[in-house]
Amino acid sequence: MTKRLCIHGLAGLLASVAVPASAADTITVASWGGTYQEAQTKAFFDPAAKELGITIKQDTTNGLDDVRLQVTGNAVKWDITELGADECARGSKEGLFEKLDYNVIDKSGINPKLVHDDWVGIDYTSVVLIYRTDVFGDKGPKTWADFWNVEKFPGRRALSGSQATETLSVAALAKGTPIDKVYPVDIDGALQSVDKVKGHIDAWWTSGAQAMQLVKDGEVDMASIWNGRAGTLKKQGAPVSFSFDQAVLTADCMVIPKGSKNKDLAMKALAKFVSPDLQANLPLYVDNGPANEKAFETGKIPKERIKDINSSPENVKKQVLQDPEFWRDNLVEATEKFNNLIQQ
Amino acid sequence: MSVGSASLGQAVRPDGVLNADVLRADARRQALGLLALLSPGLFLVFAVIVVPIGWLFWLSLFDETGQLSPANYARFFEQASYIKTFATTFKVAFVVTGACVLFGYPLAYMLSQLPRRAASICLIFVILPFWTSVLVRTYAWLVILQRKGLINNWLIDLGVIGQPLPLANNFAGVVIGMTHIMLPFLVLPLYASMKTIDQDCLRAGMNLGASPAATFRQIFFPLSLPGLASGVVIVFVLCLGFFVTPALMGGGKVIMWAMRMEQATSLYSNWGAGAALGVVLLAVTLALLGLFQRLLGARATGVWSRR
Repeated sequence: MTKRLCIHGLAGLLASVAVPASAADTITVASWGGTYQEAQTKAFFDPAAKELGITIKQDTTNGLDDVRLQVTGNAVKWDITELGADECARGSKEGLFEKLDYNVIDKSGINPKLVHDDWVGIDYTSVVLIYRTDVFGDKGPKTWADFWNVEKFPGRRALSGSQATETLSVAALAKGTPIDKVYPVDIDGALQSVDKVKGHIDAWWTSGAQAMQLVKDGEVDMASIWNGRAGTLKKQGAPVSFSFDQAVLTADCMVIPKGSKNKDLAMKALAKFVSPDLQANLPLYVDNGPANEKAFETGKIPKERIKDINSSPENVKKQVLQDPEFWRDNLVEATEKFNNLIQQ
Repeated sequence: MSVGSASLGQAVRPDGVLNADVLRADARRQALGLLALLSPGLFLVFAVIVVPIGWLFWLSLFDETGQLSPANYARFFEQASYIKTFATTFKVAFVVTGACVLFGYPLAYMLSQLPRRAASICLIFVILPFWTSVLVRTYAWLVILQRKGLINNWLIDLGVIGQPLPLANNFAGVVIGMTHIMLPFLVLPLYASMKTIDQDCLRAGMNLGASPAATFRQIFFPLSLPGLASGVVIVFVLCLGFFVTPALMGGGKVIMWAMRMEQATSLYSNWGAGAALGVVLLAVTLALLGLFQRLLGARATGVWSRR
């Protein structure tokens, strides 16, 4: 209690010295929580708050349904929230977000596919193929065709069961679709591809933590996994290997929920978040690459770090960029079909 | 209020008022008083249970464009996976309830026969897991059961098995994890009802020449049925709506109804999709409760009235 008071007092003192803070100078930003949000705090939220002289409060989100609940219930408590890019595309269609002002937000350097009227890309996660080196040495499965090849690479396998979009993308790659032809996804073809391997899948993971645990504990020998989780496993010393070859690059985005009370301030903060300067901070703390490719020109990111970042110009070429607008239109149908297929 | 020696209907108080009328008015006043006392509770139940459930049902009738439509319910028949999920949910609930009865009945019986102090110590061990979060317990089971988990490692080191047993990330894992979590819900009501069984009945049975086995079968077991019935109902209903353990222990292959609800709320832009799943689960659960009441309840009360 005393400690908390002390910190409060200190913060109050600092605030009163720097900028007179009032309620109008406070915005609330929601993201996915955990180490990811801690990294975003250091990279985006704290520097932006300092530069704008505002207070950024934080919350965590479960995704689009949280935003929908707040907007349709007229109880918007967030001024900015992060979402998956396909959620942004869907929410946009439902009219859940405020229009963004690109006179305030500088969109140069961001892939035009992630720049829209009411949402903008913030960073990238890659879906990579990970395998255990204690099982395969360095001769593990390198492509999704290898992952599907159960004779050449016997072993236990896990794929995402909750992210049909990602599993269908890798399934399309597995049947030999070149990376620039995966989108628009031939859904029925991808489902047939999943059908071929489903008998050999020992777990369909439903969360990043679960994917990590399956690989870490040797419950499976190979899996699809988010690169942040894969990088953490490697740092923890797990015997694993992965690369960005044939990975699926999925973007996250940020939006201002419709009815935000601090819309203008949120716009300014969002402009900071996507600016090359703050974007370049992100890979210093976490494995998610910046959405703004100008971040790589700031000189902030060390050279040897750039090759490990999924959205570096070099690595982007090796990957499939997941198309949010394709999934906006096909998600429900594809997910239902996918569920029918994988459920025993 | 003294009734006096005269017959009830005719009793006349010194002031000339019929005693029966006074009694009736008194009873009415009491009933009203009780109702008044109950009304905050009733209001709460209405506000936090009846209204939201009604709202849930209302929401389930609208499709994504906001039109009245049976689409949310039609989906269950159009997509085979919903029927599979439904079947899986009941299969898990049946197997887990069965396992709980199998393990829980002997445990409760033992507890009920122990001296009071020993029983209360053992009861602590039954209740103890309640104090740990379901999530933590489920992860603990994962550590124990998975391919390179404790059990498989021991069995392989001892040379009992050559290949690890598939204990986690499948149906078996879900059943083991859920049985552990559900067991106290069966044991506690069962133990409570077993404690109320009059030991004199058992002694009387044996006194009349029944063997211990016959005493158990003919006297103790029937008398324990009401407690067993309530335990079974609690466990079964809790199983139907269970989320955490199947999500973590099922390896994505054991999809239960609650997991589909979570998915439906994020997949569809209308709340109705998830609401319809909730309505179906609620309706089926209520129907089952009614069925249990008829089958087990009637039998159990039958036992009591025969006594």
